Amino acid sequence: MYVTMLKIRKFEERVAELLPTKEIITPCHLYIGEEAVATGVCSALKKDDYVFSTHRSHGHFIAKGGDLKALMAELYCKKTGCSKGKGGSMHVASSDIGLPGSSAIVGGTIPIAAGVALAFSMQKKDAVSVAFFGDGAPHEGIFYESLNFASLKKLPVIFVCENNLYCTHLPIAACLADTNIYKKSEAFGMPGIRIDGNNVMQVYEVAKKAIEDARSGKGPTLIECMTYRWRGHVGPYDDLDKGLRSREELDYWMNKCPIKMLERFLLEHGIMSELEREQIHKAVLEEIEESVKFARESPYPGENDLLNDVFKPHRRVKSSRHIIEAKR
Amino acid sequence: MRKISYAEAINEALNQIIEKDNRVFLIGQGVTSPWYVGSTTVGLIDRFSSRRIIDTPTSENCVTGVALGAALAGMHPIVCYPRMDFMYYAMDQIANHIANWHYMFGGQLSAPITLWAIINRGGEQAAQHSQATHAIFMHIPGLKVVMPSTPYDAKGFLAASVEEDNPVVFVDDRWLYQHVGEVPEELYSVPIGRGAVRREGEDVTVTATSYMVHEAIKASESLDKEGIDVEVLDLRSLKPLDESLLLTSVKKTGRLIVVDGGWKTCGVAAEISARIAENEVFRTLRAPAIRVSLPDTPAPASSALEKVYYPDAEKIILAVRKILEM
Repeated sequence: MYVTMLKIRKFEERVAELLPTKEIITPCHLYIGEEAVATGVCSALKKDDYVFSTHRSHGHFIAKGGDLKALMAELYCKKTGCSKGKGGSMHVASSDIGLPGSSAIVGGTIPIAAGVALAFSMQKKDAVSVAFFGDGAPHEGIFYESLNFASLKKLPVIFVCENNLYCTHLPIAACLADTNIYKKSEAFGMPGIRIDGNNVMQVYEVAKKAIEDARSGKGPTLIECMTYRWRGHVGPYDDLDKGLRSREELDYWMNKCPIKMLERFLLEHGIMSELEREQIHKAVLEEIEESVKFARESPYPGENDLLNDVFKPHRRVKSSRHIIEAKR
Repeated sequence: MRKISYAEAINEALNQIIEKDNRVFLIGQGVTSPWYVGSTTVGLIDRFSSRRIIDTPTSENCVTGVALGAALAGMHPIVCYPRMDFMYYAMDQIANHIANWHYMFGGQLSAPITLWAIINRGGEQAAQHSQATHAIFMHIPGLKVVMPSTPYDAKGFLAASVEEDNPVVFVDDRWLYQHVGEVPEELYSVPIGRGAVRREGEDVTVTATSYMVHEAIKASESLDKEGIDVEVLDLRSLKPLDESLLLTSVKKTGRLIVVDGGWKTCGVAAEISARIAENEVFRTLRAPAIRVSLPDTPAPASSALEKVYYPDAEKIILAVRKILEM
């Protein structure tokens, strides 16, 4: 989990450096500060479990085991990107790691994750699905419809709210009449819990329990992870100059850095040595530089690619199927 | 060949498709109701159980998203919307998610979903229980749209929609449910993307969709008695559209009347007219094209107004006479 969180942090910091150079143009919503949520939850999942992400997608992609080269190339909107340069930062997917997509429509993937869970239960698979969403999602009707449906059908899905206290520019108290998001599960007879989203071990433990419940047919859980994004809603800067939040607030959360918290624990308990720490940092930075090199050297999609992929080409119909041409 | 009704053809198709393909399930409001969707789903719940025939809360947007998720996990859901009007609630999942999913992720994952959209109008049901919004779906990249007019096509297009690896909006019309026609007992599919000539003629091309095909045929039979020879095209598949069938017919007759049960502005009739206007065949037209469609007005309740509102054979006859005088 330490390596994963560090990978997300360093990847995002590198993206933040590249954005002002315009090498990366696609709007990036950075995950710096929230690493423990994606990492804790995805560490408790199996490869066959699905997760759905949001516009703030990089952390989930990396935490679920996605390839950094494919991710960086997508941010460069190159043909070698995970979405062939057609999705950009807000639409990353990697079907082989169980990330079938991320949506930039607030709350958009919540019912989709429930639908995957419905399919898993119909197929009698021992798998679960997870919807990650921000604190903006409970402003949308789809959040409530989906919680109701998932609880009604006892679906193996876990709803993970990353509450970073801001919905774009607005503090959450200006958006929700009751800011206790976890309590909204009560209306649907579903367990809801609020946790420290910067404490990766707590996120892991709570997610593990919810996942076990889902797997054993007990239905969904809503987990509200309290966390904070260090940068602005979108882009590389902290946006303090825009007057939307205070320096004190940012400092408070930077002192609660999820990576530092775990690092301290690992060093103090002798689980990781200082030398190992340095080696991990070096390896992570090297992997990220390789991804940048790969993205830079990759080709852009060609003009011919523009009209491709609107539809999936028709698969061959089994010869046993009876086809009659309508003549009348 | 055996004759059954349009509603029976849909019921039979659903029975056979669900029986044959274990990826398929039916989900939506009213699918276990004996009346909500006519008789189209009668008996399905008893045969396939609530595991594969899932009646739902009204939550149209959620149910549509659930269908997308299930499709991404290897299923092929058929989502039932008892009225097209209710689909506006689901537009986010349809337009932002389902339609974009294949393209947005570079073709990694497709969304094989059949969106079964039912037009249910007349009977003084007014503006929110009468709409035919097929043109809106035709406008959105990533969706295919079919509108069968016969029991044969209803069954065959439903099977073809489920064979597709893409989202298909399958639009039917409750006014067609009692219409009887020849339907093979075995399962077959009608290829999406091809129109059909319902009546050959030399003087005027009349294109129509769904219920309006029958009004066009009625008009052509009446005009035949006056010695006017009308060719009736059933577009059937709105997207992709069988443009070559359209162009061939218009080249032959030199006159085009486009009949559609949707609104006039930016509707199917507008699109068909534009296809002709963009083509060389435009130079051979002997008269300007005429659109016979709904006026740009919400559906009224009063049956006195409904009678004026909906296009019918009489309005098509008037249009044909007009185009021949031009």
